[in-house]
Amino acid sequence: MADSFDEMNGWAGSGPRAAYGDVRRWLDETPPEILQTRRAQAELLFRRTGITFSVYGDADGAERLIPFDLVPRVLTGTEWARLERGLIQRVEALNALSADLYNGQEILRAGVIPPELVSLNPQYQLAVAGHVPPKGVFVHIAGIDLVRTGPDDFYVLEDNARTPSGVSYMLENREMMLRLFPDLLQRSQVAPVETYPDLLLETLRSVAPERHDGDAGIVVLTPGPHNSAFYEHSFLADKMGVELVEGADLFVRDDRVFMRTTEGPRRVDVIYRRIDDAYLDPLFFRPDSTLGVPGLLTAYLAGNVAIANAIGTGVADDKAMYSYMPEVIRFYSGQEAILPNVPTWRCREAEHLAYVLDHLPELVVKEVDGSGGYGMLVGPHSTKAQIEIFAQKLRAGPERFIAQPTLALSTCPTLCDSGIEPRHVDLRPFVLTGARGVKVVPGGLTRVALTPGSLVVNSSQGGGTKDTWVTG
Amino acid sequence: MLSRTAADLFWTGRYLERADFICRLVDATARLASLPSTYGGDPTAWAGALAAVGVADAFAASGAEMSEANVAPFLTIDPANPSSIRNCLERARGNARAVRTALTLEAWENLNGAWHEVERFSGPNLSRARAGELVETVRRAVLAFDGSAHRTMLRDDAYWFLQLGAAMERADNTARLLDVKYHLLLPRDEPVGGSLDYFQWATILRTVSALTAYRWVYRDTVKPWLVADLLIFNTQMPRSLASCYDELVELLDHLGRGSGRRGPATRTASAVQHGLRNTNIEAVFASGLHEFIGRFIADNNKLGSAVAEQFLF
Repeated sequence: MADSFDEMNGWAGSGPRAAYGDVRRWLDETPPEILQTRRAQAELLFRRTGITFSVYGDADGAERLIPFDLVPRVLTGTEWARLERGLIQRVEALNALSADLYNGQEILRAGVIPPELVSLNPQYQLAVAGHVPPKGVFVHIAGIDLVRTGPDDFYVLEDNARTPSGVSYMLENREMMLRLFPDLLQRSQVAPVETYPDLLLETLRSVAPERHDGDAGIVVLTPGPHNSAFYEHSFLADKMGVELVEGADLFVRDDRVFMRTTEGPRRVDVIYRRIDDAYLDPLFFRPDSTLGVPGLLTAYLAGNVAIANAIGTGVADDKAMYSYMPEVIRFYSGQEAILPNVPTWRCREAEHLAYVLDHLPELVVKEVDGSGGYGMLVGPHSTKAQIEIFAQKLRAGPERFIAQPTLALSTCPTLCDSGIEPRHVDLRPFVLTGARGVKVVPGGLTRVALTPGSLVVNSSQGGGTKDTWVTG
Repeated sequence: MLSRTAADLFWTGRYLERADFICRLVDATARLASLPSTYGGDPTAWAGALAAVGVADAFAASGAEMSEANVAPFLTIDPANPSSIRNCLERARGNARAVRTALTLEAWENLNGAWHEVERFSGPNLSRARAGELVETVRRAVLAFDGSAHRTMLRDDAYWFLQLGAAMERADNTARLLDVKYHLLLPRDEPVGGSLDYFQWATILRTVSALTAYRWVYRDTVKPWLVADLLIFNTQMPRSLASCYDELVELLDHLGRGSGRRGPATRTASAVQHGLRNTNIEAVFASGLHEFIGRFIADNNKLGSAVAEQFLF
């Protein structure tokens, strides 16, 4: 803890950072009991709005709140400008990589990445090989997880190119701050994030297949109210003014997709799906899926519908593929990556595996296709027995894992029961790619590990969120 | 509009209306049951309330003794009673949550907020005071939901389907109340004003919040045949069968306008409306009030099926 960079106070002894001037003054001036009252108020408001998520495996399936922390995370305009360039560069590369892996595979022929990362990857969807989705866009919505270890040291921790979630919290957290502390936001000149739904709608509309009769039909496809992110699905559909549909609301006829309405079938051109590839079409993927739409893949391959994100992007955000991203960026753009990767050991390689097995107590080990903070080992926070069990898993299937050093993630002041304390944070900005290029809303979702010293920020594991400010 | 969305909105409307009806029923029944029997107090009042909600069998199956202490919690918070106020609100909220985007934020927040308040009432031994609070909470919540829907929702299919469910349920509730109490409403020669049945009639009127309305409409003491007339034929009275069907026909017209189609639901509703307009209370008494109510309930159920058929639920 002691050797972590603090977003407000800098390194130990270096003195407070200018970016947090307003926030620090506000924290100094506001009596602690007022902050606690506001915190309770925020929780009440979130619950009333129904901004909840459900946790898989929870016996009662109850809806829970993601804890919201009042103290914002602040980035200066200059810091953000660099992040934005890096994010755009990275997402352009993710799109180029997906397009290439399904059409031509030049990157494999050039020997930049090993072919088995593709051929043996369960996320590589053979069914769509050779298909170019409408307007050539694969990764329409990306969530890039960033971590910070020093004033100028930002790293990409993970690429999320399938169905990244959390953007509703970015928007709702800002609404909450505006409601609770309007003066503070005004004083600090915070860049707005509320344009996200418009940008998303514009992105989706821009990739609609050409059709000459009527407006593009756009829908958000959800697995339903029991899904942990259902609130977000309905929130986005609502903000965009498009239908929120479940699989059973759609059907395919003559390779075209329709939704069942009270006035008969209506054509669907773009599906923003929040369902994994495997469940999209029971005729091609998992036959037991009741969430999908039979025949959807055929309509997609016929070019009659755009699916965002495209089918098969999981191959690009695989954590083993991640370790090659600097090379991937260089291959497609000729540039060096603006945002570096965290050093990564690929357990599929014998030397790397040997190193990882020797250093497990100090490493973080993750499954290549895992998410949500599940199935990972945080070495420094694990017991000997846990490490031994994990070592066995590693030896049994090394290709399923990567390992990274335990980073000293930056901390941010956070309102805890006992007052303001530093807690580790990360940042997930949301990057949109449409037919007319890449856009990023200034900000993102800051996730905070509420347990002292913990590095796991996932909401499913007790993490909270903060409003993220880009100022000046 | 998605057929599933339409169906969920329809049921949100229905369940909220049912919750509201049971609230008023519980209130009015408690009042009637608490009167000394010499003043018309009715020990069987709670059995009547169970019958009016259509859960008499479910209560009997629970094996509990027929008493306010058992029936009131059964009607209000018992999770085992599919039509308890709590379950109605939970279902309304569940349906609304699935189609959250079809409601305005204000309408949704009122419903969701009410649900979280009701969640705090639990346990089989709900005290009389707590039961009263629950009933009051839900009544206010339904009013707040209706008000926010009325003030904030677009007048489009979402709004019409919500109202359609509410109007159908309202018609059903009034009809079932009449079905249980019809024997009290038959005309007879009795000294006016002295009847112990006054309290029964007043209870019926309270259950449809029409005790004051009755006096404004008839400017007369409470007479049973006029109570029946008010609940069946009076188009000023929003819970009368005639009002509900005027509203249903209008709503189905709105819904049909979008597609330019008239379907089985439109035809069924118009037929029932026509039937109500072409008879009167005297004719109904002459041919049998009970039979009339039974036919109406069957017709209203038929309309439910026709709505599902027409809008592809």
